[in-house]
Amino acid sequence: MKPATFDYVAPHTVHETLDALGDTERDVRVLAGGQSLILEMHLQRIRPDLVVDINRVAGLDHLNLDNGAVRVGALVRHGVFESPQAVPGPLGRLFALAVVNIAHPPIRARGTMVGSLAWAHPASEWCAIALALDAAIEVRSADRAREIAVHDYFRGALQTARARDELITSVRFPLLGDNTGVGFIEHRRTHFCFAQVAVATALAVHDGVIEQARIGLVNCADRPVRARAAEQALVGAEVGSPGTGYRLPDGHPFIRAGRIAAEQDAAPLAEPYADPEYRRNAIAVLVGRTLRQAATDYQVQAGNGATGGRL
Amino acid sequence: MKIKLTVNGEQHSLDVEPRRILADVLREDCRLTGTHLGCEHGVCGACTVLVDGEAVRACLMLAVQCDGRSVRTVEGLSSPDGEPHPLQRAFSAEHALQCGFCTPGFLMVAAGALEADPTIADDSERIDGLVESNICRCTGYEPIRRAIMRAAAESASRGKP
Repeated sequence: MKPATFDYVAPHTVHETLDALGDTERDVRVLAGGQSLILEMHLQRIRPDLVVDINRVAGLDHLNLDNGAVRVGALVRHGVFESPQAVPGPLGRLFALAVVNIAHPPIRARGTMVGSLAWAHPASEWCAIALALDAAIEVRSADRAREIAVHDYFRGALQTARARDELITSVRFPLLGDNTGVGFIEHRRTHFCFAQVAVATALAVHDGVIEQARIGLVNCADRPVRARAAEQALVGAEVGSPGTGYRLPDGHPFIRAGRIAAEQDAAPLAEPYADPEYRRNAIAVLVGRTLRQAATDYQVQAGNGATGGRL
Repeated sequence: MKIKLTVNGEQHSLDVEPRRILADVLREDCRLTGTHLGCEHGVCGACTVLVDGEAVRACLMLAVQCDGRSVRTVEGLSSPDGEPHPLQRAFSAEHALQCGFCTPGFLMVAAGALEADPTIADDSERIDGLVESNICRCTGYEPIRRAIMRAAAESASRGKP
């Protein structure tokens, strides 16, 4: 199918954009990368009355550091994060590990991180990462500006706390300390599919012991999930050496955390080729592997003298 | 809505509905049918074109978004005297096509990457990323991969004094 008819405006300023979004009587959609929106319009699952194309709005494409955090503007494309140096430290490494799982280079050249957060698909990599890292969503409407803490933001599949007249101008991620190891692993049927399950982790380590664990689960419920029970179970565990075997032993803290995440944190839904039981199993395995990847990442960084944590 | 598109160096002044995607406008209004439409879902990549030098899916962009921008399609790959682009020669040499439906998309995604970074052949993962971007149901991808490597090597050697 082709998109149904709609009105189209391409404002040049945030102010004009907010004016257009103020028309809450109609179905108004913001077009940034458009890699989900235009697809949904093809399928006519979305038939907007008005499309507000923000690609010509000045100042939304900035990626900058601000007081220990990185602020990602609404027009920063996925592809920017393919370089681990785009963002300093472990956060840049985590973004680079995750971004290659998002579709393909031509889609990553258009799609945006903020667009993913606005769309709030349960299989979105950025949404789970934002949740795990306590990001803040910065929104503006014609008469106010506010910041939404990410744990208040996701309300269900494609449902968020953004009001209809609000534009997400940017998202702010606190930087991760140098003593942090990061991991991201995704499981899907082919590269052309969405994630069946994906896991993002960040382990903050002090003297070889995990001080804080952050685990974000992708497509493990109707919305992104933070695996808080699994995170709690990891605090105080030794980060250990990465080990050589294919599998970690059964009683290993990472394996235990994987099981806790699958049984207590996740609420997987059935979908074709992945019933909840299968997904719980996949979550347990993937959380364990991702934690191991984060531990290895930490060891490699510490070994290179790039961090002060252990040396 | 009136827009101006530069397609393969040629100016087009068009009047298009906002609902029309770039690929349809290229094919129907500009009469450039080299850009193919497969899935219209952004998955198959047959419609890939360069917009301001960057490979994008022409089925996931509205034509009105490209007002004032420069588009390059597969028709713009060969030189004005008809000499094929190094990628086109390499695709022929490596048998990187059979039915040819997906070929314009593969050529454009590879052309965009090679022009942005001629050293891409040194990084096999990035070549894999390109080859994985699109769907080909004939070749099994390996000849396409070899063709991109061949064209990259040729461009690199030509670039040297």
